Amino acid sequence: MGKRKLPQMTLIAVLLYALIKVLSLDSIGALNGYFMIIINRSLIFVILTVSLNLINGITGQFSLGHMGFAAVGAYVSGTITTLVLKLSPDVASSYPIFIGAIILGGIGAAIMGFVIGFPSLRLKGDYLAIMTLGFGEVIRIILNNINYVGGPRGLLGIPKFSTFTIIYAFTFFTIVLIRNLVQSSHGRAMLAVRENEVAAELVGVDTTRYKVLGFVVGAFFAGIGGGLLAHLLQIATPTQYGFYASALLLVYVYAGGMGSITGSIIAAFGLTFLSQFLQLGFDSLSNMTGINFGSEWTMVIYALLLILIMLYKTEGLMGMKEAKLLVIEEGTK
Amino acid sequence: MGSIFNTQQVINGLQLGSIYALIALGYTMVYGIVRLINFAHGDFFMVGAYASYGAFYIFNSFLGKGTPLAIVVLIFAMVAGGAIATLANQLAYKPLRYKPKLSSLVTALGVSMFLEYFFSAFPLIGASPLGFPEIIHRATFKIGSAMIDNYVIIDIVVAAILMVGLTLLVQRSSIGRAMRAVSQDKDASKLMGINVENIITWTFLIGGAFAGAAGLLSGMTYPRIDPYMGILPGLKAFIAAVLGGIGNIPGAMLGAYIMGLAETFANAWNSLLGAGIAFIILIIVLLVRPTAILGEKTADKI
Repeated sequence: MGKRKLPQMTLIAVLLYALIKVLSLDSIGALNGYFMIIINRSLIFVILTVSLNLINGITGQFSLGHMGFAAVGAYVSGTITTLVLKLSPDVASSYPIFIGAIILGGIGAAIMGFVIGFPSLRLKGDYLAIMTLGFGEVIRIILNNINYVGGPRGLLGIPKFSTFTIIYAFTFFTIVLIRNLVQSSHGRAMLAVRENEVAAELVGVDTTRYKVLGFVVGAFFAGIGGGLLAHLLQIATPTQYGFYASALLLVYVYAGGMGSITGSIIAAFGLTFLSQFLQLGFDSLSNMTGINFGSEWTMVIYALLLILIMLYKTEGLMGMKEAKLLVIEEGTK
Repeated sequence: MGSIFNTQQVINGLQLGSIYALIALGYTMVYGIVRLINFAHGDFFMVGAYASYGAFYIFNSFLGKGTPLAIVVLIFAMVAGGAIATLANQLAYKPLRYKPKLSSLVTALGVSMFLEYFFSAFPLIGASPLGFPEIIHRATFKIGSAMIDNYVIIDIVVAAILMVGLTLLVQRSSIGRAMRAVSQDKDASKLMGINVENIITWTFLIGGAFAGAAGLLSGMTYPRIDPYMGILPGLKAFIAAVLGGIGNIPGAMLGAYIMGLAETFANAWNSLLGAGIAFIILIIVLLVRPTAILGEKTADKI
């Protein structure tokens, strides 16, 4: 058995949690409500990015419809909690139901991952990318046309259950579980599939099984992320989970580094904060000059950033490297 | 159900198919030569629409409305589409030519996002839709039970002329011969003295010009343009190219007309099906026969 470092990780996670909690206290006020919103968003994007990285970076497949899975999670959990809230308006006692709903959303997304992953796996590279894109769009169009969940207007009035503590806990578990999966024998099989599918098959790796596993686990956590996002924003609309949202997630994965969980975490935080600061910058620029710089300029810079990363640092910020804390060391003989 | 398959729908389907065909050709030519799904191609179409919008206001005052103005605007749209495609190739795709394929794909997504958001952020253009001016007077007439306007004929004829021109170019000219050679084997073409980068530039130029022309036709026919107008037609034209066997020029034309007809019929039957039919076709094609109607089968080399 190698060193699993779970105690160290837990300790650091708890300390970090305490630090953020203390800093966000009203009496200290280092982190105001605005900051907490950005932190919450960042944490959810950590879940989404890491789960996409499992499919694209670690298993070497290509999903261009990842937000479709998140949409399933958002709509399933959102529908459940809005129903529950209607039946019994007591919010405090609904928390266990909320957590159950989030997990059910994840399971729904995982089923969708299986449905999409299984038939798509005969395809490779480009074709797999467009297949998942097609499925993602089909999910969006279907949601657009179900009146029960609001059609194009989206699912409104979702209770605001996603608190910092809950999002933080889910993010922690996602990172630990995916880390453990990647560095288990299953994870090595997935990496083998990524590196060379034919060679992996020749040494006895059941490639289909591991590709499906990658899709299903990735989709499960995307569903969790989607559910948390819906309960943070209190709304879920089909456009939030469209093709461009999925493409934006790819920016995060590529910026951090394909296959690096550490990179995904850094990218999710860095880019979420960057977009907020750019927004603030453009807002004050608008105030100073009197010319209106809309939110589109933030996206212009995002797009440029993606192109520049691909041109000058194709392997992303971290490449395939991991932070020491996230590596399970092999025991010495 | 028989009622949805009438002459009117067939004509509308062919009209839509003509626009898809012009976009799909660029997708398929670029894929045939550099094996890149150029997600920004739909945005070249959008650039073409805006270029023709601008050209209309520049030339309207001394040309008046009518065919001469339309031809000038068409040239403008094609030049703009070709220029933006060439620029994207030079700046974003060329440096990545020999990196893993998927990094070019992601770069193409970046170029696409950049064009869309830049156009909607740019003060003179803006995110809100613009009404497209009437370049040629619209006249409606009746054939049998179907109502047809002259735009239907313009769309179908312009697309047909361009496609015949392209076919001649690819089959008869030396550039066309070089294009076919490069799409078969890049390295061997290099050894035969073909300047591969040059041919790739030509391919982007022609593909972009066709998308630009499609932008003008679409702007005239469905007179509303916005910076995001390229996304869906781009995706659908791409699916049309996949349907016909991506990389195959006659296949893209055939796929585009099938797509135009299928979408028109599906829309007449049920709007949900109309929105989703393209993606359903995509999924079925990829599941049943990934090499599509006219594509070739290739074996994996180990």
